[in-house]
Amino acid sequence: MNQEAIPAGEPLSAEAQSSGMSAVGYVSVLAIGAYLGILFTKSEVARWERIHNMFLFQEAYIYLIISVAIVVAMISMFLVKRLGLKSLDGQLIVYQPKPYHTGVIIGGTMFGAGWAIAGACPGPVYAQIGGGQWMALCTLAGAMLGMFCYAALKPKLPH
Amino acid sequence: MDWFIQPWPWWISGILIGLTVPLLYLLSGKAFGISTSFQQAGAMCFPDSKLEYLSRHDRKEKMWTVVFVAGIAIGSFIATRILPAEYSDFLPAEFDSLGGGIKLLIAGFLIGFGTRYAGGCTSGHSITGIANLNWPSLVATIFFFVGGLAVTWGLGQWIF
Repeated sequence: MNQEAIPAGEPLSAEAQSSGMSAVGYVSVLAIGAYLGILFTKSEVARWERIHNMFLFQEAYIYLIISVAIVVAMISMFLVKRLGLKSLDGQLIVYQPKPYHTGVIIGGTMFGAGWAIAGACPGPVYAQIGGGQWMALCTLAGAMLGMFCYAALKPKLPH
Repeated sequence: MDWFIQPWPWWISGILIGLTVPLLYLLSGKAFGISTSFQQAGAMCFPDSKLEYLSRHDRKEKMWTVVFVAGIAIGSFIATRILPAEYSDFLPAEFDSLGGGIKLLIAGFLIGFGTRYAGGCTSGHSITGIANLNWPSLVATIFFFVGGLAVTWGLGQWIF
């Protein structure tokens, strides 16, 4: 999959795209998604009020959840790497670092603002919809519009 | 079964959410993140777009993201119908209005634009990124809070 061989501006051809995941892989992904959806709902991370109280510093609740999640994930990744664990399809698990660029600051701030207004970050938006909160479809529609807008402006934005 | 029906304690939720990172890696080889789903959905709708952000996006490699978020919605459906918590209000009643819908649309716009520009959200940057000691993800997380706090404390009077 040699990206340089594709003329700039051409869509990624079917051959150039990586091969997809196995059926087992997709079932696992769906199952873990469902696990997370249950968690977002039962932990109340998907509740506007909890996020609002977090930003008001009125409750430590969400901060505690995020902190514990990060610590658990960090310990897990340490063990995964230390033990050289592989995924079910035999690939060594390696983290692809997300790079730093100007968007991390500008985009990050924008996202934070949206998070505070909507009371949900992307995952909980889907949880709200699945849980029957149809107004969250407005949030999702807005997110898609925002993504398309970024796609259009990307060449002109500082990175 | 009461413990299953009540909202769960923070430390249980935190541990289980954190375990999503290794679980997803071990079972599918994928890094936990959610905001890519917006780009994936857009690329699937417009694969031949003039916008390279969509046409040059590897749809096969990132197909899992839309399956994942469908799973989130399904999980929440299960949690609200079969394991109901004491609450049912994800959003306060004030959002059930035209004004509320517009606020959410704008908020969503900031979320969609912002997460894609930053390259991730609280899942991809704050949890997965920081867990992997990725310093840009710590910076991202700090600015997520800068944005959220600025809105809550600054413009809050008009918005809320």
